[in-house]
Amino acid sequence: MSTAAGQLSDLGRTRVQPARAGAQQSRWSHMLYVAPFLFLYAALLVYPLFAGFWLSLHKADLFGGRRFVGFENFERLSNDQVFLGAVGNTFYFIVLTVPALAIIGLGLALALNRQTRTAAVLRGVFFSSSVLSVTIVTLLWKVVFAPEGGFLANLLEAFGRPPIAFLSSAELALPAIAITTIWWCIGLPMMLFLAALQQVPRELYEAAALDNAGRWKTLWHVTLPSIRRTFALVLIIEVVLQFQLFGQAYLMTQGGPNNASRPMVLFLFEVGFTRWDVGYAVAAGQILFGFIAIAAFAQYLVARRKEAF
Amino acid sequence: MRTQLASGAVGRAFGDRLILAATIALAIVMVIPMLWAVGLSLKTNQELLVDTQSVLKAPWTLINYYDILIGSGVFRWLLNSIIVSTGMSLGVLVLSSLAGYGFARLEFPGRNVIFVLVLFGLAIPEQAVILVRHQLFSDLDLHNTYAGLMLPGMSAPFGVFLMTQYFKAIPTEIDEAAMLDNASRFKIFWRVLLPMTLPAQATLGIFTFLHAWNDYWWPMVSGTNQQMYTLTVGIASTQQNFAESAGLGYLMAQAVFASLPVLIVYMFFQKYIVRAVSGAAT
Repeated sequence: MSTAAGQLSDLGRTRVQPARAGAQQSRWSHMLYVAPFLFLYAALLVYPLFAGFWLSLHKADLFGGRRFVGFENFERLSNDQVFLGAVGNTFYFIVLTVPALAIIGLGLALALNRQTRTAAVLRGVFFSSSVLSVTIVTLLWKVVFAPEGGFLANLLEAFGRPPIAFLSSAELALPAIAITTIWWCIGLPMMLFLAALQQVPRELYEAAALDNAGRWKTLWHVTLPSIRRTFALVLIIEVVLQFQLFGQAYLMTQGGPNNASRPMVLFLFEVGFTRWDVGYAVAAGQILFGFIAIAAFAQYLVARRKEAF
Repeated sequence: MRTQLASGAVGRAFGDRLILAATIALAIVMVIPMLWAVGLSLKTNQELLVDTQSVLKAPWTLINYYDILIGSGVFRWLLNSIIVSTGMSLGVLVLSSLAGYGFARLEFPGRNVIFVLVLFGLAIPEQAVILVRHQLFSDLDLHNTYAGLMLPGMSAPFGVFLMTQYFKAIPTEIDEAAMLDNASRFKIFWRVLLPMTLPAQATLGIFTFLHAWNDYWWPMVSGTNQQMYTLTVGIASTQQNFAESAGLGYLMAQAVFASLPVLIVYMFFQKYIVRAVSGAAT
């Protein structure tokens, strides 16, 4: 009995049954467990991805008319000022949001990493916006930013200042969307940092306390070095998330004024779903995919290096 | 020495207070947009046209909520959201559990290669496939159906990845013991292992539900018939014509009403929701 068990574990954790007659047949039947998912995965993710590669080499419209044009779509993209502006806007948006999300998230996590009732309630408040949908979030912030009767306009008026039209200003539209986004998304980085802070070994703090290290010294020499990996992970996760900015810009500014707040995904949406220049939109999608794949690979590398980091 | 320690402790307590005060101030800033919307929803549309500062002063009214109750698409959208989110979550749980068990425990030709190919899918953003997917659903006549709204979410590989990891973490001795009792493969999966994965099921279920509930792009381009709007799409449709729409107070009441279900669920299941969202991200 015990030897049989030993042999089994030698075969690896996946094969728990000794080989027997007809095992080959039953192995094929094992595929039935993964087949339903694989079917959907192949039909709705893999096929559209590869069909997209192919489609991006065509001039194609909604009605199925298509003509092979090689890399013409990509060439057109590289000269399209609206697309290049959208790429620039996307990166600018990432600069506006990702560092702020990481730093505010870390600050909140440090302040709220305690087991009091107040801290629990405050954690709940800061995460609550994360469960709202993008359409609610934009509705709330539109009536905060509105120059006529908006919350900020009222506040400015109370100080005797004229209202500011945040969402119709080329300089302020994207920062306003960034503030909305930080408000919406702050819960996730805070929670990830809180989880990391829980993992810092108690002994390190005890040792620091014995050395009479103050608050800042402990933070700088004990806490922050222990959560470096989480910090990198949060930055990458947020880059991937904020790269996909769409709903906020679509609903708050429609990309305007004068393309000042149009991100890549909104460009893709407009070209694909309102101008129906499908081949061109898919080509833009490939470039987006390239950027996100790089970030996802970086995430994989960081997540894998659990100890080394 | 002793006095030094004491003064350090006092300084620490004072610093703690200061940090707490700053955090509370930030929390107030955090809830201002929500309170502002609630305030606006308690005023008549006519009054808000003149001046929104009146929000701070009585009288308040529930007329906007009454208007929603007697005639609004909100209930239909709410129902659609519940159907789509529940259906998608159940679908993901079933498919991911089966596939996770298959990848973690069973041998079949090409298993490792297939698993790696599924992992690659984690890096494919929706935006890269949505156009072809949209055409595919047109060809299959799936737009404006519940299946059409649910199926794309079920093709995402995240759940399979999560469940595979979870099944792998269960010691194989448990299968072996059940095997000795002559239990069939499916019985081992269904009766023995699946109940052990309940925490992962909860995480995945909540995460999928929230994702489906808040999803915007796909339901907007697939469920274009007003009867098939989800809550998220429906609320968006009302703000497109922001100025000439039913009125600010009514719009805000609709937004508050639409946020209530998810906020109430959040209040009761906060711990699980937070765990699901942050667990899914890493």
